[in-house]
This record gives sequence, structure tokens and C-alpha cells, in this order.
Amino acid sequence: MDILLQQLINGVTLGAVYALVALGYTMVYGIIGLINFAHGEVVMIGAMVAFTVITSLAAHTQLPPLLILLIGLVVAAPTCMLLGYGLERLAYRPLRHAPRLTPLITAIGMSIVLQNVAMIIWGRNYINFPQMIDKTSYHIGNALITNVQVAILFLSALTMVGLMWLVYRTKLGTAMRATAQDQMVAGLMGVNINRVIAAAFVIGSALAALAGLMVGTYYEIAHYQMGFMLGLKAFTAAVLGGIGNLAGAMAGGLLLGIIEALGAGYIGDLTGGFLGSHYQDIFAFFVLITVLVFRPSGLLGERVGERA
Amino acid sequence: MQFSMKGITLGVAATIALFGCGKKEEPQQAAPAPAPQTAAPAPAAKPEMVVRIGHVAPLTGPIAHLGKDNENGARLAIEDANAQKIEIDGKIIKFELMGEDDQADPKVGTVVAQKLVDAKVAGVVGHLNSGTTIPASKIYADAGIPQISPSATNPKYTQQGFKTAFRVMANDVQQGSVDGTFLVKELGAKKIAIIDDRTAYGQGLADEVEKAAKAAGAEIVAREFTNDKATDFKAILTKIKSKRPDAIFHGGMDATGGPMLKQMKELGIKAKFMTGDGGCTPEIVKLAGDASEGIYCTQAGLPVDKLPNGQKFVEDFTKKYGQIQIYAPYSYDAAMVLIDSMKRANSADPAKYLPEVGKTSYNGVTGKIEFDEKGDVKNGAITVFTIKGGKLETVAVHGGSAPVAAAAPAAEPQKEEAKK
Repeated sequence: MDILLQQLINGVTLGAVYALVALGYTMVYGIIGLINFAHGEVVMIGAMVAFTVITSLAAHTQLPPLLILLIGLVVAAPTCMLLGYGLERLAYRPLRHAPRLTPLITAIGMSIVLQNVAMIIWGRNYINFPQMIDKTSYHIGNALITNVQVAILFLSALTMVGLMWLVYRTKLGTAMRATAQDQMVAGLMGVNINRVIAAAFVIGSALAALAGLMVGTYYEIAHYQMGFMLGLKAFTAAVLGGIGNLAGAMAGGLLLGIIEALGAGYIGDLTGGFLGSHYQDIFAFFVLITVLVFRPSGLLGERVGERA
Repeated sequence: MQFSMKGITLGVAATIALFGCGKKEEPQQAAPAPAPQTAAPAPAAKPEMVVRIGHVAPLTGPIAHLGKDNENGARLAIEDANAQKIEIDGKIIKFELMGEDDQADPKVGTVVAQKLVDAKVAGVVGHLNSGTTIPASKIYADAGIPQISPSATNPKYTQQGFKTAFRVMANDVQQGSVDGTFLVKELGAKKIAIIDDRTAYGQGLADEVEKAAKAAGAEIVAREFTNDKATDFKAILTKIKSKRPDAIFHGGMDATGGPMLKQMKELGIKAKFMTGDGGCTPEIVKLAGDASEGIYCTQAGLPVDKLPNGQKFVEDFTKKYGQIQIYAPYSYDAAMVLIDSMKRANSADPAKYLPEVGKTSYNGVTGKIEFDEKGDVKNGAITVFTIKGGKLETVAVHGGSAPVAAAAPAAEPQKEEAKK
């Protein structure tokens, strides 16, 4: 029982990060139907920028650690937002009316470019993220949860609530939903499409920066390729929940995290040692395939994105 | 779909790698006819010949720091050899290093191997990983180009029957049996959990450790797996925690070992931790911080401060490239063995000097290097380390070639307790 609880804690923390990143995928997809494969790299850049700011502040000033982390985020978020805007403006906007495959390939290209730029700036080695918060563990039964995990869960929940409020209660949110329904008609109603699409990229990138900082603080490690796998998993989470659906991305992220943790923890015992923990990804993808077979639009997806 | 995406990524990367290096100039012969001098004719400058030696290791990706370390080792050897103005067949040889990146990926490994063959290198130092070395060795064997790996420890590499495959480091059978026995006999572990990263190296080593630990009477309570790019190990560690092992062995590199140690600490796992040469680097201390304190690890080979001719090498290397990660002395020796064989054969033609490689008896930085009939180094040493105060400290040395000259201790497979 304690082990199950511990695995759930592991899974939910991982899932919260997946969910934050998945929101970035799903927002962009919901509005222009593009899978932005460079999104994982935006997370990586966020982590790297935060790393640079945090290490230099920690070395040269006596500020309290929490303030340093906050400054790290305050610098990383605008950097990523600028990057997200730049990606949209330079790489995707000129291709908005091109066949769907073209922007997709462009996205993969941007992902490679960003990885290599990061490699040139921050080097090939693993970067040791400075430990700003002393990790203390709390007991729940016999399971352990660290303060960093609690912070990740709390911050992710807060961000998701904030995003829901933005999308469903503000003028910008209304414009975003209108653009998602029909770009042309929304444009005729006086919505500035370009600005709305750019806003989706910028907001998604800000979430990515937060996710990058969280991953960095949680694993205390950063690397120029860290965004690739994370992006892939988050994309899976978004599809699992129903791509284009915000609540779906959150649910998909959490679900994927939990499936991975439980899969790795129990697959060996369940199959009597026939399948080991190296098959943990099979669990996640098996669930994904099952969901897609029975609900092609994902768990919470309502409409199938059929826009050109 | 996602996997084909990765394929595209790799494809593009490989293309860039292929074209990025460009063409090297053809061997510049000294000016065709020595320009007539007015004064007494100086002894005609000896013609120069360029001999290329290939080097392959991952220069990008999670273990790029180790790859660069290997390449620098070979580069230093080439520079030292050039400084000696070695003469072969009446020509002064100018060695050139062709450094390639295999991304630790077996597919890319064979691509760059073919590239080196096409570029007509005289010999190859590499690759770093067992997983890339083994598939690439077939390509070198078909082309008849001698290959010496400084760090591929999977036994399979030299068991394929290729005459061109050599290594200057003890293999995983030797290392795994030392590790497994050490866990049981010295650390008193009765219940052992084993994690490996499913690479040829990690899996091979972990299998050997499992065998040795079982033979020594321990029980393997968990056998878990991860991959070489993972950062989250909490799920498998939680499972391992529930089995209450006395010790955990990790078959994998420092890039995964570091975060794994931190997460063990967070989960409150108190079991002892041991890993192989891939995790026995200064880098793991950086990545794991305090959590690396008191872990054990082994390196195939002697500790740098015990290397017979290590002092000068360490000084030269550190001055040029900074701290030695782990395999640089071995890649230095691997390159030197190739050059030494060419000297003895008086030819840089692979077909002519290959037989000489097998007959090598060379006093290298890492000890005396001689190969057995398979191409494995004779008497490869295994050293057990522990980490104390953030530094690797020698605990015991198993086997090992007799250091040069008289310094050799008794011929028994010595096991000195050098605990300081």
C-alpha cells in the first residue's frame, strides 16, 4: 500500500510537468492545427536560461534562494515568450496557408536548430542545476514526498486554473476560442487573428519556461537534449487527453505520469518477470492506442480537428 | 510516427556530420624537385607522408564529455608522435587525426565507420561504447583496417573472430566478476538489486555482476531497467526500495548514475551503491553532489596515479585539455600502439602492419600492452574505488599488468588493500 502511494506520488509529480508542457501543444493545435514539435526545446531553453540566471545570482549575491528562483523564472519566462513569438513569426506564420505537412516539418527543423544552438551556448555536458531549496521530505504513511514535489503540484494546479480563467473569462480567451472555431469568421468579426495566434504561442512558451524551471529544480540536472523526450511525452499526453482540449491536456498529462510510474513499478510482478521495467513505455503507448481506437479524439476531445 | 521523426533527426544530423568535415588535403609531397640552391646543397629534405588515424566517440549527446576525453587522448598521442618525426619507409610521417561523432548510436556508428573506411584511414581508435564498437567492427574487419577500442568492454567485441579488433582495456567479464564478488564479500550484501540501462555495455556488465554475485551466494531481489537518456528513476527505485536490498548495482554511465543517486536519497534508500567504469568519473560527483559520498565503483585499468608512466601523461593532458574524465590514457595508448605497429612493420599500409598489432609489446601509459589471440589485452587490471570527500579513492586493485621494469610485485594476482 505504501509502495502504491509512493508510486502515485512519483507519477502525479511527473504528470503535472507533462501536463504543463502538454498545454502548450494543445493550445497551439487547438487554434491553428499545428503540432509544434519545437515546444519541448522551448522548455529546455527555459531551463537553461533559468540555470544561467540562478547560478550567477547564487554566486554573486546574498539574496534568499526563493527570490533567486523567482528572478530565474522572471527572466526565463519572457525569454521563452520572445522565443515562442519569434518561432511563430519567422517559422510558422509564412507557412500558415501551406499544406499541413510543411509547418510540421518546419517545427521539427526548428527543434533541431534550437537543440544545436543550446549545445553551442551551454555546452554538451550535463549541467548541474544548483540546489536552491533544501529538500525536506514529509511522510504520508510510509511514503515520502519532498517539498519540491509539493511546490510543483501546487504551482501546476495554480497555473492551470489561471489558464482556464484566461481562456474562459477574458476577452483574449474569447477571441482565442472564436479563432479556434473558424479563423475567417472570427477575422470578419473584428478579431485580430495574427495577434491571437501569437498570444497562444507566447502563453504556451511562458508555461514551458515554468515547466523548464520545475524540471531543473526537481531533477537538478539540465541538458541540451532534455526537451526532446519531454516534448514527445507531453505530446502523447495531449493526444491522450484529446488534442486541442485544455482540460484534456491536464488529464492526459496526469494520467500518463501515473501510468508510467505504475507501469515501471508493477509490470515485472504482474507478468511474473516476463516483461521488465524497460517496457514501462509500452504501458503508456498501449493506453494511448486503446484510447485512440475507442475514442479517436482522445479522452476529453469533442471535435476532431479537420481544419486545413 | 515519433520514431520515424527521430530517424529524420538522425538522418539530418548524420548528413551534416558527413559534410561538415569537408575534404582534407591530399598528402603534400615535399616540393617535387628540391629547388636548386646556390650554396652547398643541404641534405635533401625527406619527403613527408600523411597518415590518417580515425577516432570515433560520441561528441554529442549525454556522454559527450567522455567522448571528447577519448578524442583528446588520441589527439595528444598524435601530437606526441608527430613531435618525434617518425620515419617509415624513408618518409617522415605526419599523422592526422580524423575525429568522428557516433552519438553513442549504433546506427550512426556504422555510418561513420564506413566514412572512415572510405577516407582510407590507416587505423581506428574507437569506438567508445560497446554498443557502437561491435557493429562498427565488422566494417573495419571487412576493410582490413586495425581497430583498437580504448573503452568498449563488452566481451562480444573480440569474440567475433575479427583479426582487426583489439582493445586495451579489461572486458566486462573480468570487471563484472570483480564487482559481483566485491558486493558480496567486501560489502557483505546478501540481497542485491541490479539496474541496467539496456545498452550493450550496461546490460553486459549487469549480467556478469548478477552471475558473480549469485556465485558468491547473494540473492538478486530485483532486476530493473531504464535507458541511457532517462532522468527519472523514482518508479523503479520505489519498487527496489520495497524489496529492501543491501546493495544496488547500476550498469550504466555517470549521466544516469548521478540523478539516480539523488533520487535514492530523496526516497530514503540507504542501500550501498556500486557502479562500473561508466559511472566511475569525476562527473558523477558533480551530478550527484553529496549523494555520491561513499558509493563504490570500478574502473577497468589502473588508477591514474598508479599508471606506470602516468605522471607525465597526466601533466601534459591536464595542461592542454583539463581534467581527465576516465578513458583518455587508454585512447592515448591505443593510438600509440597503432603507431608503434606501423614503425615495426615499416609501413602504414593496414594490410602490412596489421600482423604487427597482434604482436605488440608496448610500454604504454597504462602499463605493458600485449594482446591475446582474440585481441583482448592481457592481464587487464580492475580497480575498485570509493568516493570520499568528493574524490575517487582507491580501495583495491585486482590483476593488472606488471608495471614496467623492476617495480613489478609478486606475479600472484595481487590484491592490495590500499585504503589510505
